Amino acid sequence: MTSIISVQGLTKTYASGHQALKRIDLDIRQGEIFALLGPNGAGKTTLISIICGIVNPSQGVILADGHDVVRDYRAARTKIGLVPQELHTDAFETVWATVSFSRGLFGKPRNDALIEQILRDLSLWDKKDSKIMALSGGMKRRVMIAKALSHEPTILFLDEPTAGVDVELRRDMWEMVRKLRESGVTIILTTHYIEEAEEMADRIGVINKGEIILVEDKTVLMRKLGKKQLTVHLKAPLADLPAALADASLSLANDGADLVYTFDAQADDTGIADLLKRLSEQGIDFKDLKTDQSSLEDIFVSLVRAPQ
Amino acid sequence: MNLYAIKAIYKFEMARWFRTLAQSVISPVLSTSLYFVVFGSAIGSRMQAIDGISYGAFIVPGLIMLSLLSESISNASFGIYMPKWAGTIYELLSAPVAWYETVIGYVGAAATKSICLGLLILATARIFVPFEIAHPFVMLLFLVLTSVTFSLFGFIIGVWADDFQKLQIVPLLIVTPLTFLGGSFYSIKMLPEIWQKITLFNPVVYLISGFRWAFYGQSDVGVGVSLAMTAVFLAVCLTAVWWIFRTGYRLKV
Repeated sequence: MTSIISVQGLTKTYASGHQALKRIDLDIRQGEIFALLGPNGAGKTTLISIICGIVNPSQGVILADGHDVVRDYRAARTKIGLVPQELHTDAFETVWATVSFSRGLFGKPRNDALIEQILRDLSLWDKKDSKIMALSGGMKRRVMIAKALSHEPTILFLDEPTAGVDVELRRDMWEMVRKLRESGVTIILTTHYIEEAEEMADRIGVINKGEIILVEDKTVLMRKLGKKQLTVHLKAPLADLPAALADASLSLANDGADLVYTFDAQADDTGIADLLKRLSEQGIDFKDLKTDQSSLEDIFVSLVRAPQ
Repeated sequence: MNLYAIKAIYKFEMARWFRTLAQSVISPVLSTSLYFVVFGSAIGSRMQAIDGISYGAFIVPGLIMLSLLSESISNASFGIYMPKWAGTIYELLSAPVAWYETVIGYVGAAATKSICLGLLILATARIFVPFEIAHPFVMLLFLVLTSVTFSLFGFIIGVWADDFQKLQIVPLLIVTPLTFLGGSFYSIKMLPEIWQKITLFNPVVYLISGFRWAFYGQSDVGVGVSLAMTAVFLAVCLTAVWWIFRTGYRLKV
């Protein structure tokens, strides 16, 4: 698959000496939804800001749709739409004026029908003549998205799009992201809500302390790093594990009331049948069984906590 | 050339002006009218004519310049300071816009406002004192050049300022005194000889002198020198703006 954004050896050192990005290499594929995950201060926003032209790179090259974002910024930026994390809006402008302004700024001729469509899709149409300062936070967020879409970008950056957003807007937003992807737009998003990345993204990149630790297909990542656990609720609690069950993948939990078995879900032989056989041999009765799969969040936490 | 972007910025800035029309237009016109009432009619009638020009008429070019300079600077500096302050500058920085397109949009709008205002004050002045304009085209040339140059200067101040106080400091502490001491209300020939020399370091002297020449055909310094000095200041401002965008000074980290 062709890459629409290619980041090579990108380094950013701020004037304070803080190195926000350390030789980042990253390729975003055409038409995918790419989720960039990382704790606060990991460099997510710096990376996005450099690609979009808001922050100067210290070193490295970035190509957007084949255009160098510094030397050939005009061609590169025309393709890119950005929804920043903060709600930066012109308080005194109307919704219609500010969205039309964005389209002109990105070098596109006036197109009222398109702006109307965008505003309708974002449920902003009845607010088109309202001043932005009269809108709620959620509505302002919608305005920011409308501005970013006004020039029909083929690459869309969403920096923490759902931070502080109500359930309804979040649902609308993901609906919109899916539609955009279907129309061929590449979407790069950062988020704190890992379940959203889990639900939406095709690929996931994890960034920590200015370094990309991992880039992987979401499904592969979940398979590779995901663990499964079987919890056996015992009829009678055990004080200790019997010698016959002393096994690294077995442990007692919940004051001996639960027996927890960790296994590799991908293996041909998960060992569950064997475990159950051993339990009956030992005369241990159980009431119930439950299996859990680790979420992307668990994987993420273990990745960024892991000693580098 | 991204003409759509220039148009968008220009329209945005003009819309801002129309929203605050009362404040942007009425207050300079009112204050200029007060100057004419006080200096032109009340005190002016007791003053001697300067170089054969009645005092009321004599101060017209200087008063227009006074408004032109302060309005150009405040309009243009506010225009670029606001997006910085509100954070909406992100969009300008991420847009496919060259530095000169940004400048044409912002400075063009600020200069347009100043030119309109200058003409409005000229019309207002005509109500209070009779005068004729000897060289109307030169007058317009100075009006436009000054508006553009000081709008550029204001743009630079707007980029440089990182709080509202700094936004006010330069116009208040530098430009207003230079304008008052630049011969708005007197001919520099009326000064003691040493001050006549010192005053030549004040760039505003050249603006007012040239502008007054366009009105009455008389000036403290040659009109060619006035034009050249204005052009030099314009070139300095343009260079500074070019440098700002090349380095990202106070705009980008």
